Amino acid sequence: MLTQPILEGNRLALSRLLTQVENDSPEGRDALAELFPHTGKAHLIGVTGAPGTGKSSLVNQLTLHYRKEKNKKVAIIAVDPSSPFTGGAVLGDRVRMRDLSGDDGVFIRSMATRGSVGGLAQKTAAFVQVFDAAGYEIIIIETVGAGQSEVDIARLAHTTIVVEAPGLGDDIQAIKAGILEIADVLVVNKADRPGVENTERALRSTLELAHPTKRVVHHHGRMMKVDVTPSRSPERSEGAAKGLAHQAGDSSPSSTVQNDKDIWIPPIIKTISTEGIGIPELAKAIEEHKFHLHQSGDWSARDRARLRSELDAVLQEALMSRFLTGAHRDEYEEALEKVIRRDMSPYEAARILLNGKMK
Amino acid sequence: MTEKKIRVLVAKPGLDGHDRGAKVVARALRDAGMEVIYTGLRQTPEMIAEAALQEDVDVVGLSILSGAHMALAPRILELLKANGQEHIKVFIGGIVPDDDAPKLREMGIAGIYGPGASTEEIIRDIREAVK
Repeated sequence: MLTQPILEGNRLALSRLLTQVENDSPEGRDALAELFPHTGKAHLIGVTGAPGTGKSSLVNQLTLHYRKEKNKKVAIIAVDPSSPFTGGAVLGDRVRMRDLSGDDGVFIRSMATRGSVGGLAQKTAAFVQVFDAAGYEIIIIETVGAGQSEVDIARLAHTTIVVEAPGLGDDIQAIKAGILEIADVLVVNKADRPGVENTERALRSTLELAHPTKRVVHHHGRMMKVDVTPSRSPERSEGAAKGLAHQAGDSSPSSTVQNDKDIWIPPIIKTISTEGIGIPELAKAIEEHKFHLHQSGDWSARDRARLRSELDAVLQEALMSRFLTGAHRDEYEEALEKVIRRDMSPYEAARILLNGKMK
Repeated sequence: MTEKKIRVLVAKPGLDGHDRGAKVVARALRDAGMEVIYTGLRQTPEMIAEAALQEDVDVVGLSILSGAHMALAPRILELLKANGQEHIKVFIGGIVPDDDAPKLREMGIAGIYGPGASTEEIIRDIREAVK
């Protein structure tokens, strides 16, 4: 079997396979197929946030924690952007991860986005499968410095950490849709900087707005319990606890059960990642989230959603490439020309191409 | 199958803290369409070999200004070989006396670039070396 050395922990074989997978070679595809039955064991942790919030330093410290306190094998996939013009990239996340060198229980792989725009590379999910099969118990995926809508990570990870830092934006930034919504754990890094209270307050009020049916609310300064109204619950547990695409029509167990355990309120953890402050608390929050996922049935729901989006992505790519090869190629070019001349809209062109009646 | 990218590890072994040259080269290689893994200052040979292994690079570019190239270069080549990566081409940029250059080439260093070397030259040589 091709992949035996990888299952046995050969790091060179693992590294080479990642290259094959990244380049989408036939060998890479065969190996992925062989490895797939060995996947599904790792805890996938996404780390996202704006550039300069300290994601890499946080990943460095979190990994040290998992190595020293839990003795878990950790793989890190660090994604940085490719240039849209030259296709080149400078991948610099390792600079902040030098503490992890010399440890065979850690494997760091840098990855360029190669044209993807959702904060990950197209093959990031496949990398996760390879590391999972190779026995890495924790897989940390660090996204590109993300702005507002790079939310693919929520579809891939079990637990998504959104990293913020003081001084990056006012309150209105915090109520926009997008990246904050996908957080399972919110980190305010660089907590020694001025303005940390404002950042924390803004995040907290955002969370309260996002969770109108939260059981415990502030009422005239007092904490009181309110009931979760059944009509809102399914929406809540889908949107808040899962935060994924494919919500509609995805009949996860959690969407029909309304219990306390279904509700996860993202905790806000303050850290100073360069000094390791707040890291044990962060690791604890991640562990609690994992426990919550298992309790609520969301672990399998997320697994289902992830594999569904992976299948969709592969299918899309395959259909597109099948369409663009062979006889359809000329028709496609012809349709494109018509669209460029404004003789036809893209919608019309797609419809005609799919019906196979381009004349 | 997508196009194969040239992956380059740019590393600064040794103790000098001047990484401007390394950054200029990293940027130039990026603009030439390569994927550059930048590891930062004060890397030991062990750290460099480990990064090269994990990143499955085609090329390692070392920036050495400290004069320690005769100690660092053979050690790094040895570690790459021990990891089964003797195919990796190793280039050195920095201050290398004329007398040392032939010795380094004999050890297996693929290219040596002093002050005034053009980035075009480095890019061309890398492309040629990994063909």
